[in-house]
Amino acid sequence: MSDTTPPTTPSQTVGPYLHIGLHWPDGPFAVAEGTPEGFWIRGTLTDGAGQPISDGLIETWQADPNGRFDHPDDPRGPTGYPGFRAFGRCDTDEHGEYGIFTLAPGAVPGPGDTLQAPHIDVSVFARGMLHRTVTRIYFPENVNANAADPVLSTVADETARSTLVAEPATDGYRFDIRLQGENETVFFEI
Amino acid sequence: MTTTPQGHEDRTGTGYIRDHETHPPLDFPGYRSTALRHPKRPLQLLPHLLTEVTGPLLGEGRLGELDHDLTRQHEGEPQGQRIIVHGQVRDSDGQPVPHSLIEIWQANAGGRYRHTVDNWPCPLDPNFSGVGRTITDSDGRYRFVTVRPGAYPWKNHDNAWRPAHIHFSLFGRAFTQRLVTQMYFPGDPLFFQDPMWNSIPDEKARERMLCRFDYENTEPEWALAFEWDIVLRGREATPFESEVDDD
Repeated sequence: MSDTTPPTTPSQTVGPYLHIGLHWPDGPFAVAEGTPEGFWIRGTLTDGAGQPISDGLIETWQADPNGRFDHPDDPRGPTGYPGFRAFGRCDTDEHGEYGIFTLAPGAVPGPGDTLQAPHIDVSVFARGMLHRTVTRIYFPENVNANAADPVLSTVADETARSTLVAEPATDGYRFDIRLQGENETVFFEI
Repeated sequence: MTTTPQGHEDRTGTGYIRDHETHPPLDFPGYRSTALRHPKRPLQLLPHLLTEVTGPLLGEGRLGELDHDLTRQHEGEPQGQRIIVHGQVRDSDGQPVPHSLIEIWQANAGGRYRHTVDNWPCPLDPNFSGVGRTITDSDGRYRFVTVRPGAYPWKNHDNAWRPAHIHFSLFGRAFTQRLVTQMYFPGDPLFFQDPMWNSIPDEKARERMLCRFDYENTEPEWALAFEWDIVLRGREATPFESEVDDD
């Protein structure tokens, strides 16, 4: 960095009391409850001893079902999708559980003329984490797209790669997040 | 249905600058809770593609009328010293971050949070929730009115006390700019033993979490003012490099 660029402000943990500051009653609903095609992504956040983390927070960001972002930096132009916020936030409960109600993202442009497989970006915050960690959710039915995805395919180890793919559940999908341990989730440096 | 990416520019050449020197490690033994809560595998490099260079733009719709003034959210006024906390949010290109949601939460003047698991013997204040929200203006500026939070004990180590601080949550305009941090007050005698403060490797970076006493904006017979500018990551103009980073 040159001398003229102001240095960034450091990250700090959300601490144990994040629920008072970051809880939104409507946070889990990236799209309104009852929206056709809407589904839940639920999961448990666990630590290195396999214990659920009750003072954690999950945030999600994703494209709409057309693969578009309602954002000025989408070079295809910002576009809305009725009733869709694209952002979900859920603090974990006493069992370490979170849930996000959303729509399936479409395919998103990747490097060059490629397409990325449908995915959701995830931030994980918790007491004991000085900095958030970032992961991605992919969907199990997109077998071919996942195999060709420019990000997912960089995870060489098959077991590790499988931590990024949600599992089908009765009301949508299950995506558990393990900060450490045998099936530690793959986290990304961004 | 899938939209073909016709006409889209290749955004893979630009992303947001990584700043490894400023931020704390995920594993910091002095802060005991990191032990079971840091990934042990190396982090995988995520290029900044469309999902990462966009992000939620959250504004007015999330704000109540008095969310920015934590001293006026109840019938009576909270105990403690009234303070104004204000500043500017910019990115590391020096550009202001306008119309962006900021959320804060904090302990009351005695150092207690209105939270079910905070039960140290300091009274709760019926007139203080300790939660605020605002959005930055067109020049990236923000302003809260609150009370100065107290220090409080915790169980990290023998005689452990957190320095007074206010938690800040910021979005910026890109997924990569998301930041949760804490603002501290100058001259606090508790820094030497606080692992969160000391987790920041560079002393100059630590000092960027300090607000500045602002006499000019202090209001006579009403409130002390403190100024705190926040800098988020900026755009990277050079092609993205495939570096491998272990955190």
